[in-house]
Amino acid sequence: MERSLKIKSQRDFFSGLMFVIVGVVFAVGATNYSMGSSAKPGAGYFPLILSVLMAILGAVVLFKSLTIETEGGDPIGSIAWRPLLVIVASIAVFGLALPRLGMFMTIPLLIVMVSFAGDDFSWKGVIATAVVLTLGSWVIFIWGLNLTIPLKPAFMGS
Amino acid sequence: MDLLNNLALGFGVAFTAQNLLYAFFGSVLGTLIGVLPGLGPVATIAMLLPSIYALDATPALIMLAGIYYGAQYGGSTTAILINVPGESSSVVTAIDGYAMARKGRAGSALAAAGLGSFFAGCVGTVIIAAFAPPLTELAFKFGPAEYFSLMVLGLIGAVVLASGSLIKAIAMIILGLLLAQINTDVISGTARYSFDIPELTDGIGFVVIAMGVFGFGEIIANLGMPAEHREVFTKDVKGLWPTKQDFKDAWPAVMRGTALGSILGVLPGGGALLASFAAYTVEKKMKMRPGEVPFGKGNIRGVAGPESANNAGAQTSFIPMLTLGIPPNAVMALMVGAMTIKGIQPGPQVMVSNPQLFWGLIASMWVGNAMLVILNLPLIGIWIKLLTVPYKYLFPAITLFCCIGVYTLNNNTFDVYLTAVFALVGYLFYKLSCEGAPLLLGFILGPMMEENLRRALLLSRGDWSAFVTRPLSAGLLAAAVLLIVIVMLPSISKKREATFQEE
Repeated sequence: MERSLKIKSQRDFFSGLMFVIVGVVFAVGATNYSMGSSAKPGAGYFPLILSVLMAILGAVVLFKSLTIETEGGDPIGSIAWRPLLVIVASIAVFGLALPRLGMFMTIPLLIVMVSFAGDDFSWKGVIATAVVLTLGSWVIFIWGLNLTIPLKPAFMGS
Repeated sequence: MDLLNNLALGFGVAFTAQNLLYAFFGSVLGTLIGVLPGLGPVATIAMLLPSIYALDATPALIMLAGIYYGAQYGGSTTAILINVPGESSSVVTAIDGYAMARKGRAGSALAAAGLGSFFAGCVGTVIIAAFAPPLTELAFKFGPAEYFSLMVLGLIGAVVLASGSLIKAIAMIILGLLLAQINTDVISGTARYSFDIPELTDGIGFVVIAMGVFGFGEIIANLGMPAEHREVFTKDVKGLWPTKQDFKDAWPAVMRGTALGSILGVLPGGGALLASFAAYTVEKKMKMRPGEVPFGKGNIRGVAGPESANNAGAQTSFIPMLTLGIPPNAVMALMVGAMTIKGIQPGPQVMVSNPQLFWGLIASMWVGNAMLVILNLPLIGIWIKLLTVPYKYLFPAITLFCCIGVYTLNNNTFDVYLTAVFALVGYLFYKLSCEGAPLLLGFILGPMMEENLRRALLLSRGDWSAFVTRPLSAGLLAAAVLLIVIVMLPSISKKREATFQEE
């Protein structure tokens, strides 16, 4: 007899947990909107059905992860913190910088930043990439497609 | 023969120098925006609408149609090469196409997609010409209950896209449907789950989720692997062209995909999209040749079938627009807008009142498809070269294009921040073995599903049994139940697990 409450599949355990939490959060949210009746469904009608389904499915996944044996426990494994944080931060910085600094400064900034996510960082390669991509983006997006993207920093006027 | 006369009239219009030029321009522009992830045909057509005032109606529509199917081609290219489906309908292509690219067979995948699409496009064009009038009557029989049931069937079909656990795949579909609930309720005008953020009341963009979950989730996962294990693309690229065996495998898939796509494309409401995953489902259920690559690992049928289906569907989805004036998707809605700009009221009368426009447009679809093949096949070599660029230069470039693409969607930095959030979510999904494709399909169909459910309930006065008493709707639901049963049967579920564990 195994101990009854042992996580047998780590990935499924946390997915189940995620589904249950999302389901409950959306269900609580749905109660803020008018339910209506089945003859005249309101704004909260469909989301409530979905979130209840979601929570039930999550519970089933959770239950299975505690009862069904898997090979090696299906571990989540180590988390790639550096690429994760660097990439997420780079995207956010891009959003923050583009309207303020313009494209010509934001693109090199993004390339330098995001390159730290890789494991062989060399200034030479990164600068070359930044130059090529900045010029390439100008040709494709501004000259070719005529998109409205801020080019120069806001304080220099456009 | 009416059909031949009509087509002759159409080709007469399409083969004028001016119209050929616009078809070419549209196809090139469409391919370009399709290849750039994030810049969709909707945004491009919307940007071009003002310039349409200067053009005649026929060349204007020919150009827009060129953009539309050019984008379909281009969208598949990015799906295959970098696992970012540029178009919702190429979500399915990414599964096996990207797997093929990683194995050095990007050339075969691109050629299969291109040739399959061309064949489907040719058939689709003939079908529009021959069956436009009778096919519209089928679409007339569809009420909200039928649409809802059709979408249930479609979503259940999407489950087979996942190679992992069945129940997690269903949960991901529902998660997608829930994410689609972040919007403004169409019927009551209530903003839902928006936390008073104005940008969220318009809903989350499809591209934002697709890029976050597929594009960035993948990049982070790749970078997280130690460099020596990180073989994103094998160095050994096996030829630009499909082998004889590839042709043998892909050909029947192209035929099946074309047939499915032509039928499903007529149904308003994401016909091309439904067609592409219905085709994938069918291919997956077909008997495997001994020694064939399993699905999800780079099976060429998994590219050829859905690609043909989606192109055939893209063609026949012109039928409801041209004959009924009902746009089946956002691009078509803009085309209806363009027609009204030119003073043409879309509807059954277009065929009679503007035969030159109607048949010219149909003929130019074929011309556009032919141009796309001529344009894309030589480009395959260039795309392949792109893959030999070391990953440390490639991932910053992908990041940049995704960022710019997301920004230009609405010229809005909020979408960029949201993409950052979904990058995180994408990595979480990767770590938890939750697959993104079912989520995305649920997300796309969510709003339509809700609208039709509520309309159907309104019409039946709250009686849920309407879904099973209407014969068409009951048939579709029965098919959905059957599909679940088939997938749950032990022998097949064992096979599903087997594919999953090979990783």
